[in-house]
Amino acid sequence: MTVLVIAEHDNVSLKSATLNVVMAATQTSKFTDGLVHVLIMGHKAESVVLAAAQITGVAKVIYVDGTQFAHGLAENVAAQVLTIAGQYSHVMFPSTASGKNVAPRLAAKLDVAQISDVTKIESSDTFERPIYAGNAIATVQSTDAIKVLTVRTTGFDAAIATGGAATVDSVAAVAGSRNTTFVGSEIARNDRPELTAAKVIVSGGRALGSNEKFMEIMTPLADKLAAAMGASRAAVDAGYAPNDWQVGQTGKIVAPQLYIAVGISGAIQHLAGMKDSKVIVAINMDADAPIFSVADYGLVADLFVAVPELVSAL
Amino acid sequence: MKIIVPVKRVVDYNVKVRVRSDNSGVDIANVKMSMNPFDEIAIEEAVRLKEKGVATEIIAVSCGVTLCQETLRTAMAIGADRAILVESNEDLQPLAVAKLLKALVDKEQPGLIILGKQAIDDDCNQTGQMLAALADLPQVAFASKVEITDGKASVTREVDGGLETLLVTLPAVITADLRLNEPRYATLPNIMKAKKKPLEIVKPEDLGVDVSPRLKTIKVSEPPKRSAGIMVPDVATLVAKLKNEAKVI
Ligand SMILES: Cc1cc2nc3c(=O)[nH]c(=O)nc-3n(C[C@H](O)[C@H](O)[C@H](O)COP(=O)(O)OP(=O)(O)OC[C@H]3O[C@@H](n4cnc5c(N)ncnc54)[C@H](O)[C@@H]3O)c2cc1C
Ligand SMILES: Nc1ncnc2c1ncn2[C@@H]1O[C@H](COP(=O)(O)O)[C@@H](O)[C@H]1O
Repeated sequence: MTVLVIAEHDNVSLKSATLNVVMAATQTSKFTDGLVHVLIMGHKAESVVLAAAQITGVAKVIYVDGTQFAHGLAENVAAQVLTIAGQYSHVMFPSTASGKNVAPRLAAKLDVAQISDVTKIESSDTFERPIYAGNAIATVQSTDAIKVLTVRTTGFDAAIATGGAATVDSVAAVAGSRNTTFVGSEIARNDRPELTAAKVIVSGGRALGSNEKFMEIMTPLADKLAAAMGASRAAVDAGYAPNDWQVGQTGKIVAPQLYIAVGISGAIQHLAGMKDSKVIVAINMDADAPIFSVADYGLVADLFVAVPELVSAL
Repeated sequence: MKIIVPVKRVVDYNVKVRVRSDNSGVDIANVKMSMNPFDEIAIEEAVRLKEKGVATEIIAVSCGVTLCQETLRTAMAIGADRAILVESNEDLQPLAVAKLLKALVDKEQPGLIILGKQAIDDDCNQTGQMLAALADLPQVAFASKVEITDGKASVTREVDGGLETLLVTLPAVITADLRLNEPRYATLPNIMKAKKKPLEIVKPEDLGVDVSPRLKTIKVSEPPKRSAGIMVPDVATLVAKLKNEAKVI
């Protein structure tokens, strides 16, 4: 049977997380002898539809247009997926804030379990997922007819964004919920790469001491490396960095080519979010900091001296 | 308005669990157990709503083994008025917990249910959204600010690019993110008082819920280990290594 991928987008562009989910779906479809379809629920999202139809491996794109989908409200999105979910063996979402919001709602409506943060497809019904902040990996088998998954993007390569020629179908939209309304959002715009898709991430911890110092020390390093910026929970809680920069068990899961941890101790909750990075650099004053246990290159130094020095050496 | 707060008993967040050598699970014998940290935040939010006069009663609910009573006593020491234990030795997965909670929601008719966004043992991040689906209620997951006025909740939530605000009619389901509040510590007098607060025990059968697991755990294994790295003496060496050895810059 066919695998359905729920696209992540902002009505303008397709988010790269969708590509990783298509890859997971393509791997799954090998076990089910099926195809991969992508569902786009949005408002005036034609450019997203065009992009999705070009992804290698996608046979069909299904587009649903309506103002009730403009902000991805879980009630409306889950109700829409529910109308077609029965035609699929698997429904896959990215493990992003929006995927995690909707997938369980859909699963409960279907009376099936939901499998979170899948990092490996073993067969059509068996999957790997990390538990306990990544300190253990569970292999789970689902007994349900429809498998509803969220896919951890770091577990799968991105499908190729071009080369495909999917057909496009439009389907009728369900009515929106009257009990939930979107009021507004504060989405920071900047020119940096997205945290979860970046090749290089520089991440700062509590040691930075203030928002001013965080930006003064970390921004030049990020600029030099064309990096995304991340932070520990302690730095975010203290207001040194925005919420959506948090890397970790309960923040973003990242796996860049290079992750530079500055003044971060390396609590298990932080390691959970970055220990699959290819190369990890840690700069910390305390030689016994646990971050050094996962670092490829460790430097025991005062960050306020070492980071500016690093910036000028790059 | 009543508020229900589901609280889960989990391995304490400071414990680094070990995988059992036969790969059957993680070893939780003799490790410290605590209330799931997000559930402390959920309870704290409910208590603040009661202190503001918005809520009249807070009911803490836990589903699991007899020892979850300890977690419920902690919830009552923070400020819950009474507690319900849905006692079961089964491996309770999020869908089963959501069904149990749905049955209690039908019975208690709360105006608000505040859960944690994620249990730090299974890392599922599902139960609140599932409960909202089963009870057909609006949901706001990952809340960082909650304001209640005129039968509606204005809730700010953490999303991937920043924050967004939704307005939902009550009753509704909210899941708490880290920055919703900073939970208070239970004081000794409140811990003593909590011992006398009512704690009701029910079984899944009493609620008419089938809690059989839908997912079978085939095995639990150690994550791949990173090979040991090296310490570099200075910034110049670091840059040279990144350029010539790791080739990442
Ligand atoms: C439920 C829950 C979920 C959590 N989720 C996350 C999560 O998703 N992500 C996350 O990051 N954390 C998370 N945490 C928090 C985590 O447990 C740690 O508290 C947090 O990661 C610590 O942040 P930190 O390393 O910046 O601060 P600290 O632990 O205080 O470390 C600061 C480090 O800076 C070093 N330092 C100080 N001054 C200097 C200097 N001048 N130069 C160089 N080094 C210096 C110190 O040696 C120290 O190692 C969570 C916790 C809980 C309970
Ligand atoms: N066994 C349980 N008993 C009570 N509440 C639970 C239980 N399991 C999950 N929850 C609630 O659901 C939230 C999310 O859990 P999960 O979906 O397992 O990540 C937790 O923070 C709790 O509020």
